[in-house]
Amino acid sequence: MSSVPADLRFMKSHEWARLEDDGTITIGISDHAQQALGDLVFAEVPEQGRRVAAGEACAVVESVKAASDVYSPVGGEIVASNADLGGQPELINQDPYGAGWLMRIRPDDKSQFAALLDAAAYEAALAAETH
Amino acid sequence: MGKRTPLYDTHVASGAKIVDFGGWDMPLAYGSQIEEHHAVRRDAGMFDVSHMCPVDVTGADARAFLRRLVANNVDKLTQPGKALYACMLNHAGGVIDDLIIYFLREDRFRVVVNASTAEKDLAWMEKVRLDSGFGEMIMPRRDLAMIAVQGPNARSKFWQVRPAARAATEDLGAFFAAEVGELFVGRTGYTGEDGFEVMLPAADAPKLWAELKAAGVVEAGLGARDTLRLEAGMNLYGNDMDETVSPLESGLAWTIAWEPQDRDFIGRAALVEQKARGVPRKQVGLVLSDRAVLRSHQKVIVPAVGEGEVTSGTFSPTLERSIGLARVPSQTTDRCEVEIRGRLLAATVVRPPFVRHGRIAIAL
Repeated sequence: MSSVPADLRFMKSHEWARLEDDGTITIGISDHAQQALGDLVFAEVPEQGRRVAAGEACAVVESVKAASDVYSPVGGEIVASNADLGGQPELINQDPYGAGWLMRIRPDDKSQFAALLDAAAYEAALAAETH
Repeated sequence: MGKRTPLYDTHVASGAKIVDFGGWDMPLAYGSQIEEHHAVRRDAGMFDVSHMCPVDVTGADARAFLRRLVANNVDKLTQPGKALYACMLNHAGGVIDDLIIYFLREDRFRVVVNASTAEKDLAWMEKVRLDSGFGEMIMPRRDLAMIAVQGPNARSKFWQVRPAARAATEDLGAFFAAEVGELFVGRTGYTGEDGFEVMLPAADAPKLWAELKAAGVVEAGLGARDTLRLEAGMNLYGNDMDETVSPLESGLAWTIAWEPQDRDFIGRAALVEQKARGVPRKQVGLVLSDRAVLRSHQKVIVPAVGEGEVTSGTFSPTLERSIGLARVPSQTTDRCEVEIRGRLLAATVVRPPFVRHGRIAIAL
């Protein structure tokens, strides 16, 4: 069973997003996604300052099994990306909602965040996917 | 629901992620497949390979039948227990399957074939037997389970839990097997490490598995099995060769016994012809320096020479970079490019194995 923290928002494509106190949004891939991918071996995250659109493929996570695009849940400017993943991509497996975060965005439009799936809706989507 | 081995419930109880492999429900990994990989390279791991099918070939004509059936020559098998890796070819020289043949007695051989090809193989073997005019001799042994215990400490851990088998298996050379009561113990494997492949009655498999686990042998799934065999430079049937390619194009020329010239094995004429014409493609190993992963079916570009294809690719946990096997034009030398996710990345052409007995076997 994968964990789905109640305070996060999600996309059906298994990204999570967390609204920080400073108004930025931290993004990663869900526990379900890291379990499905298996051992992560590379993560390619966008450079600071890059502008991304909502739904744009802007990062790649690659496991022993497969490469997978990561889509940005919101549009805006990348204000940080997780440099630790360069040497330790396994952080995504070990702590997908914490140390395994991918990038942080300053959103152009906060309503995009509010429109994401809440934990209950994401859990329902996961249940639909596996049945 | 796929076919299940006698250890299926054990895998589920251990929390394995189960996937379909050639019609079988098999464990992919129990946790981290990279940790399972390292356990085999550094200590000891075990794989359920009960999906593979042992086939006993018995009777006075057994050797003559096998001499006709496979491209390697079973006449190399003179000492009881000795094993031989061989390809079973069709008349066009394509690979129907790769298999291991154990010589037990002059009237008793044991052939182990791949899981996904077992039915096809058995049908082919029967056809060859009938065409050659031999009597009944082929007996699939679905009553047996098979556990591969692999790694530098695999044999000692096996002896810890089966001390009675020690005397008969302690002096086994590489690629030899011995029967100890109901156990068949072969010093063979698919990892590039020392170890045993143990066949035993299906009902006894869960107990041996549990005892090995208690002795510290790490459960390992198909994921680790694939990264280990690829580091060891071993082909996977269906990826690296199939019925449309010959052993000469698959890095398996060493398994063809050309002498004596009057041994008429199936596929011989086609191989002779291919060799005379010139073999257009060859198998090579690839190492990628970029942070990306080689995958099967990616296009290989050899500048000024031509194109090829990655047949197997993965991330090598030992080398911490991506490695693969590829089929490329025969004139390929030391460099090529691989198209990965729309980009051309440089790869070095090497001669497998990449890793052998825990050590990196290529220049990086």
